[in-house]
Amino acid sequence: MSFSEADLAALWLTLRLASSVTFVLLLLGTPIAWWLARTNSWWKGPVASVVALPLVLPPTVLGFYLLMLMGPQGVIGQFTQSLGLGTLPFTFWGLVVASVLYSMPFVVQPIQNAIEALGNRPLEVAATLRAGPWDRFFSIVLPLARPGFITAAVLGFAHTVGEFGVVLMIGGNIPGETRVVSVQIYDHVEALDYGQAHTLSLLMIAFSFLVLLGLYGLQRKQASPMGKEH
Amino acid sequence: MATTIHQNAVEQDTAPQKIQARFILKRSDTPRNTFELDVNLTLPGGGVTALFGASGSGKTTLLRCIAGLEKPSQGFLSINGQSWQSATHCLPTHRRPLGYVFQEASLFPHLTAKGNLAYAIKRTHAPLPADLYDKVVSVMGIETILNQRPSQLSGGERQRVAIARALLIQPGVLLMDEPLAALDTARKQEILPYLEQLPALFDIPIIYVSHSLDEVARLADHMVVLEQGKVAAQGSLTEVFSRIDLPSRFGDQTGVVLKGIVTERDAHWHLSRLSFASGDLWVSDSGDEVGQPLRIRILARDVSIALSHHEDSSITNRILAEITEIAPDLDEAMVLIRLKVGTDYLIARLTKRSVAHLQLAIGQKVWAQVKSVALVR
Repeated sequence: MSFSEADLAALWLTLRLASSVTFVLLLLGTPIAWWLARTNSWWKGPVASVVALPLVLPPTVLGFYLLMLMGPQGVIGQFTQSLGLGTLPFTFWGLVVASVLYSMPFVVQPIQNAIEALGNRPLEVAATLRAGPWDRFFSIVLPLARPGFITAAVLGFAHTVGEFGVVLMIGGNIPGETRVVSVQIYDHVEALDYGQAHTLSLLMIAFSFLVLLGLYGLQRKQASPMGKEH
Repeated sequence: MATTIHQNAVEQDTAPQKIQARFILKRSDTPRNTFELDVNLTLPGGGVTALFGASGSGKTTLLRCIAGLEKPSQGFLSINGQSWQSATHCLPTHRRPLGYVFQEASLFPHLTAKGNLAYAIKRTHAPLPADLYDKVVSVMGIETILNQRPSQLSGGERQRVAIARALLIQPGVLLMDEPLAALDTARKQEILPYLEQLPALFDIPIIYVSHSLDEVARLADHMVVLEQGKVAAQGSLTEVFSRIDLPSRFGDQTGVVLKGIVTERDAHWHLSRLSFASGDLWVSDSGDEVGQPLRIRILARDVSIALSHHEDSSITNRILAEITEIAPDLDEAMVLIRLKVGTDYLIARLTKRSVAHLQLAIGQKVWAQVKSVALVR
């Protein structure tokens, strides 16, 4: 098994993309998950549905509309151009934006479930012990909902690594910029270079298997979640 | 009302400290099932105040309003001169100097017992007095379990750690929401002695929610009876217990609480004489020394009435009393009779036929015969 320079570049790019997306998703997904877990608002259903849309939509639909929005004529495109940033499609950051939206449900849902399972009581207890809202989040929610956050991070990362359709729509196939592993495999197959395709594909299978194995192991270890002590 | 533990009465009468609470809160879980809390209370700023009522009477909701965990539509709360809530401001829970003990153990499962205590200490505003930690830990008897996780502790142990944690925040008022309700009888008996010590050892007003008259009789100095979100009665413990217009609240448990002192022990007959402001009662010797203050409870069904003082009866305790009130009982055949003995009261539960037969009337002097006395503590 050996990787060409282009393969290594694709691997490195994939790693960079998945890490950036995971980081952004944890920052962005946590408040959304928090709100969804605790609100009684009428908006809960619609917002939860929008977040979950990528689960059922063909990636091409999401990619198509993002391309329109972020393109030179799109609302977002005009905005980024006015900031002097150019347009996002066919750039690394364009991929990040698209992947964040596409992987959102995989991050929001585990965190939301963990916060819902936590319930209101530990937060009330902390409040009676003089912990303010931020203090409560870091001293109670984060440690008690940690399995949910780890699951969210792993799923967000792995799902971004496995992306193909959205990447192709938004990023195209620019080496070092948008050509991630899944696209690289596609290229190898198109060129009938099955040997190279095998190498990368087997690596992806091994990676995915290990991620899921680790995740299920984690969930079994956390089989007795908090709040069930009485 | 004056009681024989004069110290208590004096403290309550002269202390300028008090807790004032006014709340209106409406809640509708379903359109048909609405609940409204509407209370206006002035409570003593010291000692133990019990909020008593059936489930759904609003006692926990009232406690949560005091803690700031519920948002009443109208609220006014002042604790010993400090305003916590008014028309113009409302302190969030984490800014209210209170301790709260929840019904079920509420320890943080990711921290050890010691870690749970440290969580409170880290967040107190006042510096921790040198001996407070050791005092709290030893009073609650948790020295040996400090390094355990909540999941390794029994229900009673968890609740003791939770009480210790609430004390270490150095609260201005300690709120307890049925801290024994989730425990079985044996565990309750395990915790009660710890609770009893609190008022004497820590100078903190305690508001204690309970639906158990036994607990209230044992722990409280002052009592508020809630019914359907409204205050049905409030006053000193002895006064509220001696009311006979609340049979639906107390039912079978209707009866008075008296506070007395052991003044004599009869080793031969194994009896102790308890003295009250208004008389003496002989009870089974509990092992308490002369001079020990005790609380007893006399149920209405254990008190009968005789018109004359006769010696040919097995009843040891006979007290001359005056009938001050006659009220219907829940049972159609029975009535409740309130008897004044000096400054104390007794309640007798008699059949209507006996009342007619003896021609009992308000103002009449009779002999109250006490068949049985329960030592509360």
